[in-house]
Amino acid sequence: MIEEIKIGKDEILDVCLKLKESCDFLAFVTAVDYPERGLLELVYNLRSLTDNKNVILKVELPRENPEISSVAVVWPAAEWHEREIFDLFGVKFSGHPDLRRILLPEDWQGHPLLKDYVKPGVIKRPETIK
Amino acid sequence: MDLAKEVFQHVEKLPGGNLILTSTDKLFNWARSNSLWYLLFGLKCCAIEMMAAGASRYDMDRLGLMFRASPRQTDLMIVAGTVTAKMAPRIRLLWEQMAEPRYVIAMGSCSITGGAFFYDSYAAIKGVDEVVPVDVYIPGCPPRPEALIEGILKLQEKIKQESIVRR
Ligand code: SF4
Repeated sequence: MIEEIKIGKDEILDVCLKLKESCDFLAFVTAVDYPERGLLELVYNLRSLTDNKNVILKVELPRENPEISSVAVVWPAAEWHEREIFDLFGVKFSGHPDLRRILLPEDWQGHPLLKDYVKPGVIKRPETIK
Repeated sequence: MDLAKEVFQHVEKLPGGNLILTSTDKLFNWARSNSLWYLLFGLKCCAIEMMAAGASRYDMDRLGLMFRASPRQTDLMIVAGTVTAKMAPRIRLLWEQMAEPRYVIAMGSCSITGGAFFYDSYAAIKGVDEVVPVDVYIPGCPPRPEALIEGILKLQEKIKQESIVRR
């Protein structure tokens, strides 16, 4: 059974603390970029191993200066997932114990999974090559 | 064995004596080309083929090649896989830690030109020869173990042409 819940960004910690009572496992946290709507959407996939339940939690953030509380205090597994989102999408997680880049070199500029990211020197694929 | 025969082609025995004469070049090159220990490191899917070439079916040990886990004890670096911007300084560091004479094989299209990641990639370096000098290029995605062994035989030929005077 999959349940989908949309919440506002200020409720995240309260909701997660409540959900922690049933969902003991955080499968992943990820993000989606919607430049035309000016949104970044965070997706949390929670599981309950005891009652075989799957909860998808979605939070919308503005694209400009996205910031949200870290849920690493609730599920420690979130720590590296949030670092990855910080690295590739530039979302700030307040209260995160160690918010550094996880995949890219420390001195990297920009956040490559944002749709409008351009890195100078990247060769564009010509239209003729699929 | 064949190897012994091969080295004695370069060696003259003084009749009745216990001295042997040879040119140092030939002896060194023979020894170097037949004991290429390579660095135990792989970057991506090509590394699977490299492991297959090192394992018992293709058995690179019979050519004198062995995996070695420390760059200070290796002669050959097989760059098997995509070189990313984060890995490039580390590859350079490993190469600098290897003792001379050292050789580099670029294995697979990724380490030759960037391969599948030539277009639209923010992280892939377009060829490992931007980072370290390469002796032999082996094309393919991934090259089969036979191709890798062919490349190593080519490298052995190259080593046999060398002179210690130039190195
Ligand atoms: S050349 Fe092909 S097989 Fe080798 S690392 Fe690149 S994508 Fe993988």
